[in-house]
Parts: sequence; C-alpha cells; structure tokens
Amino acid sequence: MREYKPKDNVQAKAYYNDRFYVAPQLAKLDPNSDEIFGSDVSKLKANFEILEAYIQKDELVIFINYSKNVEVLKFLRDELNYSFLMEMSAVDFLAKRNGFEIFYEMLSLTKRKRIRVKTFLAKGLAIETVENLFRSANFAEREMFDMFGIQVNNHSFLKRIMMPDDWNGHPLLKTYPLQGDESAQWYEVDKIFGKEAREIIGPEIRDSARVDRYDTERFARLGHEVAKGTDISKSEPNTDNHQFQEKGGVFLVKNLNKSQKILTEQERRDR
Amino acid sequence: MAQHQVKFGTGLPVALTTVDKIVNWGRSNSLWVLTYGLACCGIEMMASGASRYDFDRFGTIFRASPRQAEVMVIAGTLTKKHAEFIRRLYDQMAEPKWVISMGSCANTGGMFNTYATVQGADRVIPVDLYLPGCAPRPETLQYAVMMLQKKIRREPANQNKNIPQKRFI
Repeated sequence: MREYKPKDNVQAKAYYNDRFYVAPQLAKLDPNSDEIFGSDVSKLKANFEILEAYIQKDELVIFINYSKNVEVLKFLRDELNYSFLMEMSAVDFLAKRNGFEIFYEMLSLTKRKRIRVKTFLAKGLAIETVENLFRSANFAEREMFDMFGIQVNNHSFLKRIMMPDDWNGHPLLKTYPLQGDESAQWYEVDKIFGKEAREIIGPEIRDSARVDRYDTERFARLGHEVAKGTDISKSEPNTDNHQFQEKGGVFLVKNLNKSQKILTEQERRDR
Repeated sequence: MAQHQVKFGTGLPVALTTVDKIVNWGRSNSLWVLTYGLACCGIEMMASGASRYDFDRFGTIFRASPRQAEVMVIAGTLTKKHAEFIRRLYDQMAEPKWVISMGSCANTGGMFNTYATVQGADRVIPVDLYLPGCAPRPETLQYAVMMLQKKIRREPANQNKNIPQKRFI
C-alpha cells in the first residue's frame, strides 16, 4: 500500500515551489554491513580510487572517477562476476553542479547482487565508451547522447536513436520545456510544408479539451448546425425541428409533443 | 442506387441512375484501407479486420501498399519523427482518397501533450473523419467506415481534392 500522508493542509505549496524543500533520502548503510558487498568494495579499493561507497536499498552504490569507467566495469565483469549491464544513462545536474551524473547498473547472476557505478562528468567533457565490454551499452550510450548531448568517445556509431537527426536540443535536459521549444513545436510543419506554411497552419492547440462555441471549422452545436466555416458570432439558426416520417405516428408509438406539459411523478403514475 | 424500380415482366429491365450515384456506389462499397497501426489503436484496427468484426463485409480490405489503398486509417500516436512519412504515404495514395483519424492521439495528440507528438494528424494531412475513443472499439471503427460511405455517396464523383483549400491541404 501507499504510505499514508496527512492531508490536513492540501493547499500547501507543492514541493517544487519550495526553495527550502529537502527531498527525503533513503538510509545509506555501510558497505561492510553486507558480506559480499564488503569484500567487493575492499577488492575495488585495492585497485581503483573509490570516492564514495554505500548500500542503499540493498544495492551497492560506488562513485568513481569518470576516466576510470572502462577499467572499473571490466574489473567488475571479469573479477567480481558482475556480468550484466542492465542499464546506463545520465542524470542532469547542470544547474547545481554544472555536469552530469552517469550511472551504470550492474547485475551479478551468480551472487544475486546489484551494483550501481556512478561517476560525475563535468559539462563539456566526454566519456569513454563501454560498448566493447557490454554490447547493450551501444544503444544506451546512443540514447544518452540523444537525450543529454553527452559525447561518448570511441563509440562505433554515435547517432541519435530516438529523436530525428535534425532535431534541435536534447529533450531530457531539465532546461528543455515539456511541450518543446519553438523548433520542436513547428518541427513537422517546417519539415513537410516549409516555414512559410506556419501562418496558414497555425500554432498547436495544446488544450485537447478546448471547445470554442464560435469556431464552426472544428465544432458544431447540436440543434444549431451550420455549414462549416460560417460566421455565427452575430446569430445562429435554430435547427432543432424534429421531423417524423409518419404524420400521425406509427402503431403503438406516439410522436413526441414538446409543448405538452411535463408530467409530475404522481400524474405519471395516475395515467 | 437505382432511381426507379425495375419492373420485371413488363417492359425492359432498365435501371435509371446518374453517373455520380453509380460511381459513388462503387467507390463506397470497395474501400481499401491502408494499414496504418501506429500504437494501441492498431490492435483494434486489426481486430476490426479479423473474423469477428469482419470488415470484408463492407468491401473494406486492408492493403499494405498506399498505391492500392484509398482510405488511410491513422490508428495511434503520430510522432513528429513519423509525420513526414505519413505525409509521404498520403501523397502516394491515388485519388480519390480519404482519411480516418482513429483515436484521441491521432485526433488531438491525446494525453501526449509533449514535445514529440503531433498535436492532431490534421496538422499534416487532411482528415475526413475523426473517431473518438482511447482506443475506439471495433464497432466504432465500423461505424466510422459506414459514415465515410455515407459521406462518399453524398459528394460529387469527379471532385478534385487537389485544389488548394483553406487549411493548407
């Protein structure tokens, strides 16, 4: 079940509006509290510089220098049996620390343990590819390049993987607007029809629940139907005239008489 | 189709009609659809074509080539990366051609109010019928095809859709 949170003050500001909000953190345990992780960390520390190491949610997290990522991952794969790179990507910390945090999630099938290798990469620097160690890193690094604009050295085919090749900007950056910048909003129009068609097609309608009473191009009012594109700002016709094929109604069914008095519940029962 | 009932037995077996009516009768009863499943609506479109809902009854047969199709059912989320290809396939279809926009995503972008989704397929190609739902059930698509048949029967047979229209289409 979801954790209970008091709802007394639902009008309180959302956390992202609060400058002084501190996001809650999970407890960080000492790596030596786990037998396997303790020995892993001691072996790693004998070979590499480990900036920080802790256990968070049953997963070992280690911080390394970005220049040592290939060596550390090779050591983890060959010596410590972390044979599987589940996932890798980056986190945007440009505003706070002017760089990215790149993480590699490793899994050991024999030890049944997971390690997260993290490294900080300052803005403008490039990271070495781990594609030669793990084939899965090929697409993951392309995605990282696509979404964050992080250059990967010696990658075999560093090309955008999700967005089109002529896309401007990197969408997973925190500065990227959710609904796209100008070039994103006009992307399909510019590409298919050219920039001169912008005026004709018009900007995107982002409110999908928008209803404009006077827009007869897109909307019609029941009972007041007009031809498409008619100007109804002055007045509109009333087309709410029911017509029946049979004048007197058909067998057992009477025509609706709107002018008839609406019956109360008691009258309806008495009938 | 026929304007006057054929009287068998007495007189010639002749049916009188107009060119518009007989052409539209033929067109509306053999709508070949370009398969265009882009997302989950595509599953409903496939279900419509399969035996339970059986589109063949309407003469609606799914074709995998735009050259052989005259109706395009945009079934699913249209991304901006894909927009140029949908326009290219639409241009490759022979006249006369119609477009059904199936589901909220193709109509307005739906819940994908993001940078990567085209906010309505009508920004790229002209749409004849908008089909609400997320995803619309096969009955809804059947109803849309029937409405399209009605629309075809109403319009003149020799209309040229290539004339420049108001919304850059």
